[in-house]
Amino acid sequence: MEFLIAVIALVLLMVVILVISAPLRAGGSSTRAEPARDTESGPVGAGRSEHETEHGASALLRVDRDAIAPAERHAELEAAREAKYREIRDTELDYRTGKLSQEDFAATDSALRAEAVEILDRLAALEGEGATESEGATPRDA
Amino acid sequence: MALLGRVCLLLALVVCAYGIGASIYGVRTGRWEWAVSGRRSVYALAGILTVGFVILEIAFLRNDFAFNAVADTSSRTTPTFYKAAAVWSSQEGSLLLWAWLMSLWSSLALFLTRRRIRDVAAYATAIMLGFGGFFIALMVFYAQPFATTSPTPSEGVGLDPLLRFPTMMIHPPMLYSGYTLCTIPLAFGMGALLARRVDAEWIRVIRRFAFGAWFFLGIGILLGARWSYSELGWGGYWGWDAVENAALLPWLTGTAFLHSLMIQEKRGMLKVWNVSLVLATGTLAIMGTFLVRSGVLNSIHAFGGQTLGVPFVVLIAVLIAGSIYLVVTRREMLRSEHRIDSLLSREAAFLANNLVLVALVFVILWGTYFPLISEALTGQEASVGPPWFDRYTVPLALILVLLSGIGPVIAWRRATLANARRNFLVPIGVALATLVVLLAAEVPVKPFAFAMFCCAAFVAGSISQEFFRGMRARSAMAGEAPPTALVALVRRNRRRYGGYIVHIGIAVLFVGVAASTSFQHESELGLSPGQSSRVGAYTIKYVRPTASVTPDYDSSSTQGGRELSAIIRAEPGVTLGPDTARTGATLSLGAVLDVSKHGRHVTTLYPSEGFYASEEPTQGSVGHLIGGQPVSHVAVDAGITRDVWTAIAPNIETPRLKRIVTLGNKTLPYIHPGEGMVAIAALAAAYMKSPPQAQFHLIASPLVMWIWIGGLIVVGGALIAIWPAPSVVRRRVSARSRARAERGLARA
Amino acid sequence: MTPARKRTVRLVVALSVAVVLASALIYTSFSAASPALTPSQLVHEAQPGRSYELTGTVLAHSVSRDGDVLNFSVADRAGGAAGAAVPVAYTGTVPDPFKEGREVIVTVEKQGGEYVGERNSLITKCPSKYKETPASEKQSS
Repeated sequence: MEFLIAVIALVLLMVVILVISAPLRAGGSSTRAEPARDTESGPVGAGRSEHETEHGASALLRVDRDAIAPAERHAELEAAREAKYREIRDTELDYRTGKLSQEDFAATDSALRAEAVEILDRLAALEGEGATESEGATPRDA
Repeated sequence: MALLGRVCLLLALVVCAYGIGASIYGVRTGRWEWAVSGRRSVYALAGILTVGFVILEIAFLRNDFAFNAVADTSSRTTPTFYKAAAVWSSQEGSLLLWAWLMSLWSSLALFLTRRRIRDVAAYATAIMLGFGGFFIALMVFYAQPFATTSPTPSEGVGLDPLLRFPTMMIHPPMLYSGYTLCTIPLAFGMGALLARRVDAEWIRVIRRFAFGAWFFLGIGILLGARWSYSELGWGGYWGWDAVENAALLPWLTGTAFLHSLMIQEKRGMLKVWNVSLVLATGTLAIMGTFLVRSGVLNSIHAFGGQTLGVPFVVLIAVLIAGSIYLVVTRREMLRSEHRIDSLLSREAAFLANNLVLVALVFVILWGTYFPLISEALTGQEASVGPPWFDRYTVPLALILVLLSGIGPVIAWRRATLANARRNFLVPIGVALATLVVLLAAEVPVKPFAFAMFCCAAFVAGSISQEFFRGMRARSAMAGEAPPTALVALVRRNRRRYGGYIVHIGIAVLFVGVAASTSFQHESELGLSPGQSSRVGAYTIKYVRPTASVTPDYDSSSTQGGRELSAIIRAEPGVTLGPDTARTGATLSLGAVLDVSKHGRHVTTLYPSEGFYASEEPTQGSVGHLIGGQPVSHVAVDAGITRDVWTAIAPNIETPRLKRIVTLGNKTLPYIHPGEGMVAIAALAAAYMKSPPQAQFHLIASPLVMWIWIGGLIVVGGALIAIWPAPSVVRRRVSARSRARAERGLARA
Repeated sequence: MTPARKRTVRLVVALSVAVVLASALIYTSFSAASPALTPSQLVHEAQPGRSYELTGTVLAHSVSRDGDVLNFSVADRAGGAAGAAVPVAYTGTVPDPFKEGREVIVTVEKQGGEYVGERNSLITKCPSKYKETPASEKQSS
């Protein structure tokens, strides 16, 4: 019985160590261009790691925000864009269910559309930046 | 096995410490593999705690009384169903359940955000592991679930009979899920502040978690109320008890958060407010957990040793201090981008809703902790009762319901006054019509109940109008037939229409609450067989008593058992087990109640009281068989329009019955319970032959079922609101919106 | 009035209302509250007409029922040696766990020489072990 317990305990310990250390052993650190990918996928991570370890090393001492800014900003803008679209749809539904007059609707709607276009512009600018900086197109969240 | 359990806990503690370090290191140096490793520690923690929990469950199911937890709360004769649930009926077991659930939800949350807001997620990981570590440390140092004694006891104490109901199985895990889920948004809120990032992406992520917490906590509260009503012997569903309030508080702040988050999403406002709400929700959940276990408040709940009180107070102090510090030092980035455009806007209505909810939280918090407050301020511990709570929460609840009818009628950003005025005609009309109907039907006037009925009618009118108009608009635009239009409308605007349904559910629920409290008829009196009592419009007659004896041994398995069973069966009027209710009551005395209205028979009810065995030899060989805690088995006839609720407290301490017990104690040695059962059977027969007057508690309450129905509607509406549209549809909508947005600009 | 000014006014008004309501709440809670006393404290300090929350243990052999009224005595939780036992005449719901030797909380008022229990205010604490029941036996009126 004690033996069984010892075995189970050891197995548990090993599984835990394996699980926790997997990303560390895979080596590749995504400090810049990979917003959507994780370093968990072994071979891919290893493949990219040569390109990135250069950046990785120098990025080590930089504050994290700089290192991840473009990727995270992209996700931010996308979320903001979806939220803005939702607002536009909501306002239209408000109008059609009789909560807004024609004039008020027109005013709010065009304001919202302008804000949406602003976000779209910023997204396009960011993508343009990303395209010139890294080698390929920045992979995006589906 | 217990050793393995202890090893699991220690391993878990180490993993927590590692994970915290790795995540913080990873996020601060930009070496994301460490943050990923930190996330995986959470997964590992979930795995380890699962192993630990399974070990404990197995111990319970195998009657391994070496484990203290098993010996204290289970026994060989406890039905399997309740053995499994007994795991969390002890302090240590419930801590393990809490930690386990927390690790599961944390893993899920981190899995869902593995590609997003990595910086926030990394800090959140550290915080969640901090909580996990706290609870595990409690289990390692203070209340050990895997503590053993030797020599191994041969039998356990058994599960408290008050807990032997199926709802008991579901209520704690559900409530704990709610509580533990509240810590996830807390972690992500603190993480956001630490990472200096409170943006659209964060909103999207945290909304899901806050919703999950709100949803499960709400279900837990509803189930608790239902349990209180249908299983406990006092006939109510809410008593403003400290533990009930403790669960309600985070739910209220969660509700406020879900609403005001929408304002932040649209206008970039209320960031400080929202972050504070999220932190408050988590802190209140921890405070609720602490309340239940520390006996700090002088209510029914003297749970847990005082030893747990100090660590919890420290944790809560750290949470509060940390939250304030974070909010204050990050206030620059929490500045509002805009202001509210107009008071006549849905944003303003949401803000009002938030204010009412926070007022409610303040009232309930004050009242619940008042004994501590008054002791601190005046040196004299004093407490406030339900009347005080009702006095302040009822008007606030009225305003809340009213607001939930006003919000849908007003547009976002800035509504047109003329349109708004016009839109209120139908809801106000419905409310007034309801008032007229109530007065015409000569319902006794109760101001608050009437006000609630009218407010609920207002909500019903306003929301029906919304559905109708929306359906009509869609039908016109898309050329669909009304029913299709309605379905499509809801499918495309889930958040809005799901939310509307939730509001209807709340209105229905409050109608039920108002009706069942204001128009209740109750009587509490002693009746002898043949006598009846008037309760409201119902006449309840005590027809005859019932008695049932359930030996806690398998009466068919031994010769002696069969003989005894024959003896018991021979007693006139006494039924012999089986223990169909699976409650293990040795003796069950009850009544047959005939309920009639205006002379017509309505239903027959069979309330009873179960008498359980205790482990006290001082009560004697017969006395101890029924000397344990008696539990009332309530009989309810539930209907759409009213509930008839009955409970009985039979008197088994008449001189005659006590003589039987004393005689049995003297003549029968304290050995096999089977022999004592003969005396119990004699007791039951004597009871049936000349039943003494029994105390009855009878209640006729209108619209109680509306409370549960309202709850179901809320659950349904919430699911609709949160159900994500398939991504294909989402992308299509997104692309179309983009095209229109650009076209709009060209036009302008 | 400029929008900024309007906003400040609104804020001030809202805050004032909140402060007033909070003060009313706090004030009434102190006057509506029942002080929690043990039997020995109650015997010394009870004033007629005020309600108190009595906490203690049900004295052995003191329970008797007289029609609708349940009579029992409450003694100090710690050691009965101090002696004070308060007889209570109680009507209303009696929770299941109620028994001699159990800890109870009951709201009482001194009427004449007697202590009358407030209707449906009797709560019995679950026995000492950790119990999961959030069972409130109080009736909300």
